[in-house]
Amino acid sequence: MKKLITAAVTGVLAASFVMSACAAETIKIGGIGPITGAAAIYGNNVKNGMEIAVEDVNATNPDLQFELQFEDDEHDPEKSVNAYNTLKDWGMQLLGGTVTTSPCLAVGAEALNDNMLLLTPSASSQDVIDLGDNVFQVCFTDPNQGSASADYISEQKLGEKIGVIYNSADAYSSGIYSTFIAEAEAVGLEVVAEEAFTDDNSTDLTTQVQSCQNAGADLIFLPIYYTPASQVLIAADKMGYEPKFFGCDGLDGLLTVEGFDTSLAEGVMLLTPFVADADDEKTKDFVAKYAEKTGGDVPNQFAADGYDVVQVLYAACEEAGVTSDMDASEVCEAVKAVLTGGEFSYDGLTGEGMTWDASGAVSKAPRGMIIENGEYVGLD
Amino acid sequence: MAKKGGNNRKKSTRTYIFSFALILVFWAVVEILGHMNMLSSKMLGLLIPICAYAIMAVSLNLVVGFLGELSLGHAAFMLAGATAGVVFYNSAGLNMPQVLRVIITLVIGAAAAGLFGVIVGVPVLRFSGDYLAIVTLAFCQILKNVLSTTYLGVDSAGIHLAFDQGSFRLEPGAKPLIKGAQPISGINKISPDMMVSFTVGIVLLILTVAFVLNLMNSRAGRAITAIRDDEIAAKSIGINLTRYKLMAFISSAVFAGLAGVIYVLNLSTLDFKKYDYNLSINVLVMVVLGGMGNVPGSIIAAALLTFLPELLRNFSQYRMFIYSIVLIVIMLFNQAPAFVQLRQRLTAKIRGKNAQEPEGGEKADTEFFEAKKQGKEDE
Amino acid sequence: MQFLGYLISGISLGSVYALIALGYTMVYGIAKMLNFAHGDVIMVGGYMVYFTFCSRGWNPLLAVLFAMAVCTLLGITIERVAYRPLRSAPSLAVLITAIGVSFLLQNSAMLLWKSDPKSFTSIISMDPITIAGGQLSIPAETIVTILVSVIIMIILIWFVNKTRIGHAMKAVSEDRGAAQLMGINVNGIISLTFAIGSGLAAIAGALLLSSYPTLIPTTGAMPGIKAFVAAVFGGIGSIPGAFLGGVLLGVIENLSKAYISTQLSDAIVFLVLIIVLLVKPTGLLGKKTAVKV
Repeated sequence: MKKLITAAVTGVLAASFVMSACAAETIKIGGIGPITGAAAIYGNNVKNGMEIAVEDVNATNPDLQFELQFEDDEHDPEKSVNAYNTLKDWGMQLLGGTVTTSPCLAVGAEALNDNMLLLTPSASSQDVIDLGDNVFQVCFTDPNQGSASADYISEQKLGEKIGVIYNSADAYSSGIYSTFIAEAEAVGLEVVAEEAFTDDNSTDLTTQVQSCQNAGADLIFLPIYYTPASQVLIAADKMGYEPKFFGCDGLDGLLTVEGFDTSLAEGVMLLTPFVADADDEKTKDFVAKYAEKTGGDVPNQFAADGYDVVQVLYAACEEAGVTSDMDASEVCEAVKAVLTGGEFSYDGLTGEGMTWDASGAVSKAPRGMIIENGEYVGLD
Repeated sequence: MAKKGGNNRKKSTRTYIFSFALILVFWAVVEILGHMNMLSSKMLGLLIPICAYAIMAVSLNLVVGFLGELSLGHAAFMLAGATAGVVFYNSAGLNMPQVLRVIITLVIGAAAAGLFGVIVGVPVLRFSGDYLAIVTLAFCQILKNVLSTTYLGVDSAGIHLAFDQGSFRLEPGAKPLIKGAQPISGINKISPDMMVSFTVGIVLLILTVAFVLNLMNSRAGRAITAIRDDEIAAKSIGINLTRYKLMAFISSAVFAGLAGVIYVLNLSTLDFKKYDYNLSINVLVMVVLGGMGNVPGSIIAAALLTFLPELLRNFSQYRMFIYSIVLIVIMLFNQAPAFVQLRQRLTAKIRGKNAQEPEGGEKADTEFFEAKKQGKEDE
Repeated sequence: MQFLGYLISGISLGSVYALIALGYTMVYGIAKMLNFAHGDVIMVGGYMVYFTFCSRGWNPLLAVLFAMAVCTLLGITIERVAYRPLRSAPSLAVLITAIGVSFLLQNSAMLLWKSDPKSFTSIISMDPITIAGGQLSIPAETIVTILVSVIIMIILIWFVNKTRIGHAMKAVSEDRGAAQLMGINVNGIISLTFAIGSGLAAIAGALLLSSYPTLIPTTGAMPGIKAFVAAVFGGIGSIPGAFLGGVLLGVIENLSKAYISTQLSDAIVFLVLIIVLLVKPTGLLGKKTAVKV
């Protein structure tokens, strides 16, 4: 039996040693994100968003076509590098990924080695763009979100005593938290409670809410994703505790959680680049296509980020005159030159007039939103 | 037993030859294909993880297979080694020649994991069975949790260590080494050439296998297996239980630390979250699949289980679904008595008259399992 | 008063752990295996209640009964297909198969019901009870969960100690071979154990999600592990031990979040576990077994 297994393994290994040669007809775009595992929701949204975008761009210009392959990474850096290598073997010329931060740090290092252009939809840590000059983000960088939130709360005088509930085991959440605290101190906000949870004890968030209540917080800052946020809202409601809630882009999606009583989200404020029930044509069109594709699902900001990634890459490729016979490194140089050239600007689902500089961070204006009568309304 | 002695020696020599031949053939094939540029990026990328998991599985086999204790916290030693190694690699090691830097990093990683092995081993080895399993799991969660709240950095004022964000201040420009739950990023690879890293991985794997096989064929190794087979009998003939249990446990930790170092140096990022009980369980699956106490089996299983999910990529979101079914089927096929008998009959038929003896490793496995089970039921 | 508030939320969490741990310990005591898939059966139970009660508006009791039926069937099937062929194989082989089953359930749920979170509506529609002049309110879910756990614990103890089948279970747990010789249908008893354990998992799922309403395919994983810890904490195989272990684990977890550190609460919980086990190596209520030579 052991020998049988050995033989089988050797055979399989030998088979995959042989590289497959493929003729490139179109520009090959890779995507990486978790489509299985605990973080699958984010990866699936990005994947759908990217697929819709590819259909859209391919319809606009028959001379420049995109072909997308999306690989699963289970939100694991090791699997993510495997996914990246799989895509490389496929002949990927541009990478739109990865979806989550920690895998993006591993893949970014590989992409830097290969001089592959990486435009991530949603890996928002500062460390991601610090990796090198071929890494770009469509989402806001975490530190910007943290300090922007603190500034906004202080300018608008939204709360006197601030409580924070964040995920201390999550790069996104703890990243925003740390800059929020620093900025809050700088602008003189009083933070009365800093409550953390981890993925291992996120079943029950009641204690954290109780601690905020006991500390007398009148505004709770939630730099977390919408799933735990819905738990916080429910827990606060059960206690009869009614502070204001303020969050970042991770909160988008709150209103679309199946079975969630959206009246609990009344008055929740968030800084987010995308809301699914915005009135503009682009968003409406995208939401309709998304629902059609998924059988009725509503896209969250991850889907919108994924859509924008493909659109931005397409616009940049068009402008740079990228052709299918260029290798990844040439494509990277061409697209990079366009993105950081100072002329390039893109109006997408997640922001108007997005521009990039050499750091790789996007510059776009965050929109302050408040939930009223189960809908997002602009704060300003 | 005296009669069996000769057989045992023959068997252990065979295991030696088979193990090293397996590793060397793997290395040679990869080297040759690599120099001919016939390796796909995917294969190249899998080389170091396979080496790291093989070291993890072989070292865990020392505890689970040879000492006979169930550990659910093997990932903790990998994490301890990786973290200590990376902290050195990214600070003091920055100005060293690369060879020296890697060697010292490996030594520090191994030492840190060994030290953590002592801290964990002393209380843990007072337990047995499921209690031991849960306590190793507990230590793994504790280490992961504590590291995720640690902030460490060096600036001109010296070393700063804090356990909350607020009291951690570095001079501007100084780069923190550990910043809480944020993954450590920007870890340079051992070498830009994957083949060099791979050779390091293979050398470490050979080192691990040589150590484990030598240990098991030494006086100490016989004491360890004696403890596994019957703890009370072993004690009654004067075997120092604590000493030999600790020996197995700590050696296992040291090699897991080495695996951790090459793993993160290859991945360029260290995220504490990954090193949880799920990782420990994955390594345990490799050990059980490869056969308890079967060193080459662990290596093959590690390679197979690292490779399998990649092979299933074409199935997209059905990938992990298929993987879980394959896992169940393999376990049933490999371990269910009905299947085992069927297999033995088949092999006997195929081999016909040439069959002198049933496959050594397999037989030993089942025998050990039986013995273990009997032991459990006697308690 | 604040302390009481934290204590109550701790007991609330603990009683959910206790309920899950009861199922764990039941299966462990009789089949002598750690059923790592138990947490995922809870998740399946949760989805069943979600689709019947939350989406279609069934009567909550009917929904829970339906979920129990599905989970019982699921438990028996898993046992028959994945565990029974390994009955005489080493316990580690069964453990790994159980892990495989756990992966299978999670991934099937992801394919069938997608990965987006569902927010669960509490199956208990009573108002919270307020005491001390409205300063302190106890959610009805907490009270129901504690009551249900206690009732189930008492029924289980009665069932195991007083009925014929219970005696047979005890016999199988003590010595499987001897039980078989005495004419006990060992396979039947183990199937029954899985049926009971899985039925309990459905109740646990409904109550877990009533208190902590996020439902995703991995919902059961972490509470499952915590309940395993709780069962060991209380002395694995002991029914009152599982209850005590669960409640204590929840209380320790929440009090350490409240008074020591929210960031380090995982570490503290596990540290307490290790210390307790060092003092009492077989758990709080575990039997100390003499080793026969």
